[in-house]
Amino acid sequence: MFQFLLKRFGVLIPTFLGVTILTFVFVHLIPGDPVLIMAGERGLSPERHAELMAQLGLDKPLYQQYFNYLIGIFHGDLGVSFKSQIPVWEEFVPRFKATFELGMSAMVFAVFFGIPIGVLAAVKRGSIFDHTAISLSLTGYSMPIFWWGMMLVMLVSVHLNLTPVSGRVSDMLFLDDSNPLTGFMLIDTLFWGEEGDFIDAVQHLILPSIVLGTIPLAVIVRMTRSAMLEVLNEDYIRTARAKGVSRWRIIMVHALRNAMIPVVTIIGLQVGSMLAGAILTETVFSWPGIGRWLIDSLQRRDYPVVQSGVLIVATLIILVNLVIDMLYGIINPRIRHKK
Amino acid sequence: MNSKILSENVIEQDMENSAPLPMTPLQEFWCYFKKNKGAVVGLIYIIIVVFLAIFADFVAPHLPAEQFRDYLLAPPVWMEGGSWQFILGTDDVGRDILSRLIYGARLSLLIGCLVVILSLILGITLGLIAGYVGGIVDNLIMRIVDIMLALPSLILALVMVAILGPSIINAAIALAFIALPHYVRLTRAAMITELNKDYVIASKVAGAGAFRQMFINILPNCLSPLIVQASLGFSNAILDMAALGFLGMGAQPPTPEWGTMLSDVLQFVQSAWWVVTFPGLVILMTVLAFNLMGDGLRDALDPKLKQ
Repeated sequence: MFQFLLKRFGVLIPTFLGVTILTFVFVHLIPGDPVLIMAGERGLSPERHAELMAQLGLDKPLYQQYFNYLIGIFHGDLGVSFKSQIPVWEEFVPRFKATFELGMSAMVFAVFFGIPIGVLAAVKRGSIFDHTAISLSLTGYSMPIFWWGMMLVMLVSVHLNLTPVSGRVSDMLFLDDSNPLTGFMLIDTLFWGEEGDFIDAVQHLILPSIVLGTIPLAVIVRMTRSAMLEVLNEDYIRTARAKGVSRWRIIMVHALRNAMIPVVTIIGLQVGSMLAGAILTETVFSWPGIGRWLIDSLQRRDYPVVQSGVLIVATLIILVNLVIDMLYGIINPRIRHKK
Repeated sequence: MNSKILSENVIEQDMENSAPLPMTPLQEFWCYFKKNKGAVVGLIYIIIVVFLAIFADFVAPHLPAEQFRDYLLAPPVWMEGGSWQFILGTDDVGRDILSRLIYGARLSLLIGCLVVILSLILGITLGLIAGYVGGIVDNLIMRIVDIMLALPSLILALVMVAILGPSIINAAIALAFIALPHYVRLTRAAMITELNKDYVIASKVAGAGAFRQMFINILPNCLSPLIVQASLGFSNAILDMAALGFLGMGAQPPTPEWGTMLSDVLQFVQSAWWVVTFPGLVILMTVLAFNLMGDGLRDALDPKLKQ
């Protein structure tokens, strides 16, 4: 197991360095002078311009700028936002919590519905339920989620008036934003808020979670179904049946455990696409998370935010993939011991 | 002489008795493809959309940018106040939604083609080189592919569009770029399995050069998974293009691109549902059709992958 981990870490470092090079190169390729953008409409004297360039280290040769950037990263210095003059890391954390809350509840939604539907579709293969599940999952897979979000807002929020249209909590709630308990709205409202605040936060979370969870749900249904079908054909399942193990126990204990291996992998792979989905979902629902933060700073040409934001996101995805690999080894010892 | 005729007769009889004529590859393909009902439905839908896109000038009732100032936000024909003049209603500046959707099909399909062709050419070339040359080149290419896969594709596309400047062509280039890793990986994997087969060694002995080996001998045997991926790549390209348009980083208004049509419509959810509903519905159906067709192609071309 240790060797297995060591090997995974060995691959990790060049990938991480590659991502830093990629973000560095990308941001330097974006046209426009960052100092002029910082100055905005006012304009600058050439002397002041040169001074600011020197202050930001932009007058040095590119390779030196890259090394400074890299050294900064290892010291935990991710730069300062041009717009707000706040360190990028401090801007990132609260927004990440918002996205994390949304992403987790979307994933819970997808797993909670996806696995049972997938299992049932496989068990009742060829039935109407199976066909409906497959068609719906293919439709979900093809869904332009920003449109799906707007449709849900139109039907559920506007016409049926069941959930709020946007944001994390209603404006009426007075939560101390500057010093939140945890930054996770569900927890904060539960322990801090008045009665009804928690319900309010949950109501705000429902539609965005469904929207962001739609594609993972579709993928999980498909994957669970096909993995279950494959496992149910195995010899050991027939043996268990011959031994007289109950049908329920065969499905839930014997088959599901092995079928979970590809499903866990696919759930891990969804993390990356969920971050992309978060950009769209957060735009539709005005959710103050990293997706909207990234696209706003991209449109404002706030380079430090784009550079470090993309780097953090990529690092997260690399780490999640590592965790998935490790989980994989735990669930399936065959992989751990394979040379 | 006699015996020759006799033997030919025998062969003919044998063929009649034993088996029907072998199918041509195309017939065989169609035979498998048509078993998948969803794929056939997808194909029919795509043919209709292609037809509409080509003949948009004759089919569409109005020009996509034509503004009817007297008919702002007119509802679809079946609703009260709707008219046959605007079958699916009009948007906030009085443009006919149906016409814009038909002209939008032209754009979406062209973009899909452009993205798929670009990423196929580059992806295949890189994948073949990585698989054939091996060693440092292979490692380098695959590491870059890994790095690209570590970034969420939409974020990568957004950054690339920011570099190149928002426009429909630049968005297509960005989408082709982010689709590359999949093609590179597929081609390389297929290449490596083919590389040790007898025919490759035989032609190497016969003196075939690297270029001939890669593109003429091996590539045709790697095509099946690539065709399937291309069909799915088409649907991804349409979906991502719409997402870029929605975020204001793709086609710029007033271009009748489907995603761009949805970029500022959240304000109409209360007053004019048709402005919100139809463009998205068309995106969904088109993407679904390409995904269905991709499944059918996989069943027909690559039975190994069938789940």
